[in-house]
Amino acid sequence: MNQTQTSASTPWSRIAQHPQYQELLRSKRAFILPASLFFVAYYFALPILVGWWPELMKKPVLGPINAAYLFALSEFFMAWAIAYVYVQKAGKWDEQARQILAKESSDSAHH
Amino acid sequence: MTPAIWMFLAFVVATLGITVWAAKRNTGASAYFAAGRSITGWQNGLAVAGDYMSAASFLGISGMIALYGFDGFMYSVGWLVAYLTVLLVVAEPLRNAGKYTMADLLAYRLSPRPVRAMASLSTITVSTFYMVAQMIGAGALVKLLLKDIPWITTNTAIIGVGVMMVVYVVFGGMLATTWVQIIKAILLMTGTIFLSALVMKHYGFSFERFFDAASHITYLDSKTKLEVTRNFLDPGMKFGDAATAGIGKWDLVSLGIALLFGTAGLPHILVRFYTVPDAKTARVSVVWAMVIIGSFYILTTFLGFGAATIIRPDHIVTDNMAAPQLAETLGGPLFFAFISAVAFATILAVVAGLTISASASFAHDFYSNVLHHGKETNPDSEVLVARITAFVVGGVSIFLAIQLQTVNVAFLVGLAFAVAASANLPVIVLSIFWKRFSTTGAVAGLAVGLLASIVLILISPSLMGIDPPEVVGAKRHLIQMNAIFPLTNPGILSIPIGFLAAILGSLLRPEPEAEAKFEELQVRAQTGLGAETASSH
Repeated sequence: MNQTQTSASTPWSRIAQHPQYQELLRSKRAFILPASLFFVAYYFALPILVGWWPELMKKPVLGPINAAYLFALSEFFMAWAIAYVYVQKAGKWDEQARQILAKESSDSAHH
Repeated sequence: MTPAIWMFLAFVVATLGITVWAAKRNTGASAYFAAGRSITGWQNGLAVAGDYMSAASFLGISGMIALYGFDGFMYSVGWLVAYLTVLLVVAEPLRNAGKYTMADLLAYRLSPRPVRAMASLSTITVSTFYMVAQMIGAGALVKLLLKDIPWITTNTAIIGVGVMMVVYVVFGGMLATTWVQIIKAILLMTGTIFLSALVMKHYGFSFERFFDAASHITYLDSKTKLEVTRNFLDPGMKFGDAATAGIGKWDLVSLGIALLFGTAGLPHILVRFYTVPDAKTARVSVVWAMVIIGSFYILTTFLGFGAATIIRPDHIVTDNMAAPQLAETLGGPLFFAFISAVAFATILAVVAGLTISASASFAHDFYSNVLHHGKETNPDSEVLVARITAFVVGGVSIFLAIQLQTVNVAFLVGLAFAVAASANLPVIVLSIFWKRFSTTGAVAGLAVGLLASIVLILISPSLMGIDPPEVVGAKRHLIQMNAIFPLTNPGILSIPIGFLAAILGSLLRPEPEAEAKFEELQVRAQTGLGAETASSH
């Protein structure tokens, strides 16, 4: 992994300047940052609600099943849903990355 | 011979067969450390799940729910949601930038020797704590299961587990370890689904009757010796204000932080992403793992509340035996034998996974790159060192597990998660996302995070407390003083300390070379350009 040259024009530095690459980074950030903030907030809502408002969470909602258990169960589906959306998005990012790499290898062949 | 022994022997023979098969294919370092990067997405997903669903989850959580109801289920939730951190933040960049260990990612743009030395220390610390916990659990379990055989004691059981794991790792490498995990994950899921079905059959497959029973459990309270009726679906039996004088809710949040951020710093989970051909497969494998792990933890509802309602808390022998006891009550001795053998297989597999991540880190990070400056020309010597390390790690763990066999197992696992979250995760995240992150920052983050989590646990109620003289053995606190830090889990404080040390270290001693290489690391992490490929040896 240390075989990379540090000259000004490495494949890495050329790609880094590429507008398509900048777009890829923006697109990733635009999903991963808010999605991470969301799942962290959703996750901590459970211990906070259970710890500070236990009476509220003890209320039966569905037959004998209370709000605390239903919320806990919903965490699993929340995690699966975010994972699903992420995989859908990541498929598009893979395609973008492939285009960038293909363009880079054809460019460097011309030099 | 009891059925439990036969089933256990069948597992041992099958896994040894895999080890022999894998040993023939282990040619070269990439094959030994990363299974030749030949594992497919679903296989690695099962293996990640197998590495993760330890005895602590299978035996520990079922027991926790059986005794403390909903509060035990909180662990289940944290253990799954944590995988979003792995999926969204860590798995793909790590796969693209690294080779065999977590430290590869850090060493990419930082000064390799100090960073690898510290990362190796933290990897081995986390793995050893985790491993000793598993082995103590195995000792206790085997002693309970095979109590009719006179020569089986806690010590011989610990030694047996230690020897098995060394055999898997030394001869079979990552390929054998991976397949042991896959088989174990399938066995564990089968056992859990079947046991859950038996619980539901007991309630005529009516969720309403099941949850109704869980909300009115009448039993003899162990403290007051009075008959009580409690709703086990209600939160608060373990972490509530009444049970903990108001501190429990903070402990719950602190535990949540450690689970959420510790998973993405566990070395034996991270190395799994090097066994697949590319970042896309790494992603697919996390998704598979999330499906399996999520389903498993939802099913702990039936194991835990099932044990609470059918056996009742006052009839559960010890909290770690709730699931096997439930299996015996509902499925008879044969099913009890199966579940017990699965529990034992679980421990064995997890311990093998931990051993290989610790020995890979020592051989690749410390031996090759710190001692030999990364100029080792013969890759076989790296494998040889890893094999020797596996022997040493096995020996040390056997010794520690025998010495510490009365220490609480959950405390050791908590320590492993806390160290992983406080030392490893901050430096992984900053290395991927922060341009100004420097070598000083990484070393400071690893060292301070490691130290902070260990010190905070040493002065926590887990180890400190004043017991009345009649409390003896495992229940007695190691240090007979009032705890200085009030929470049992240090995460809420030690993780911010780890991040702070890493950030301050980077700001105090910036590193232009590391900043200059950030672009390269980012391109490689995000596009996979230059990443290690399947047939790289």
